[in-house]
Amino acid sequence: MQNSAYLLLFIAVMAVATFITRALPFVVLYKISDHPLLRYLGRYLPPTMMVLLLLYCFRDLRFSALSDGPIELLALTLVVVLHLWRGNALLSIMAGTGLYMYLAQ
Amino acid sequence: MNKSLFLTAFKTTLPVLFGYLPLGMAFGILFNELGFHWGYAALMSTLIYAGAGQFMAVGLLASHAGLVEVAITTLLLNSRHLFYGISLIDKFNACWWRKFYLIFGLTDETYSLLTGTSAPKDKKEIDFYLLITVLNHSYWVIGSILGAILGANLSVNTTGLEFTLPALFMVLAIEQYKVVRESRPFVMATIVGLMSIWLFSRDNMLLMSILLSIILLLLSRGKTKLPKLPAEGVA
Repeated sequence: MQNSAYLLLFIAVMAVATFITRALPFVVLYKISDHPLLRYLGRYLPPTMMVLLLLYCFRDLRFSALSDGPIELLALTLVVVLHLWRGNALLSIMAGTGLYMYLAQ
Repeated sequence: MNKSLFLTAFKTTLPVLFGYLPLGMAFGILFNELGFHWGYAALMSTLIYAGAGQFMAVGLLASHAGLVEVAITTLLLNSRHLFYGISLIDKFNACWWRKFYLIFGLTDETYSLLTGTSAPKDKKEIDFYLLITVLNHSYWVIGSILGAILGANLSVNTTGLEFTLPALFMVLAIEQYKVVRESRPFVMATIVGLMSIWLFSRDNMLLMSILLSIILLLLSRGKTKLPKLPAEGVA
């Protein structure tokens, strides 16, 4: 019983802490959302974040090891080529993932 | 609920579905090993809804961490979310409970979709955002429950399915390029990201690379005039 009380408290603390990090900019920056600096960041952060999140997915690859990376690179190249060619997000993602799963298994 | 809007939103979130189901299941399976009822896994995924955070939670639970430690680690781990709101303050124009839920559901993947796609022309943006957020959230919860209930009995080979997430970020990066039409943020982020993988631990890499990128963005600001935004969002 003590264990489930701890678990419930644990979940509550984590839920509130996570929400705070997501809500803070909306509370703090709300009044100055027209500021040129914020508009500048609002414009350039999304492209920056996409690249960083993409690289974050591969954070466990060691670029020094030759065995690491080719599968990922191959699948990612397929995604890029397909997407530039057809511009169909779902097709690019599914084809890339299919190739990756095939190679990884 | 509008049927065609739902279908568009569902299609938009499909990559996240294929990413969140296996990831949520992985969380559920790990959580199951702690010996708690699966209902708690469902509760965590419903109320916390943070991928990296919940994986970390399994470790913290196993070591019976103190609640202050839990709060501090969560704040640090999720601090990247502090920067997500900046791009969305204007877009989340809705009544308080909708806004509350949109902010609550702002995961990495939801953020990517909300900043990288836009609603069909005749539809309200905010309804589209809400649908995307609800769908992503439900994938995560369903995956966690499946993982926690099925546990290790799973026989489907899903190795590699998680590649949908990097593939999604790749596609959205290309879509972002179509809007921004400048190579600067992409080149900069690639260099900073690769350097961060090399310099920092796997857990710190994302936050550190975001901080470095923001500093570089601000430093290089003087030289560029903010071009007029083309119509809202991306295709």
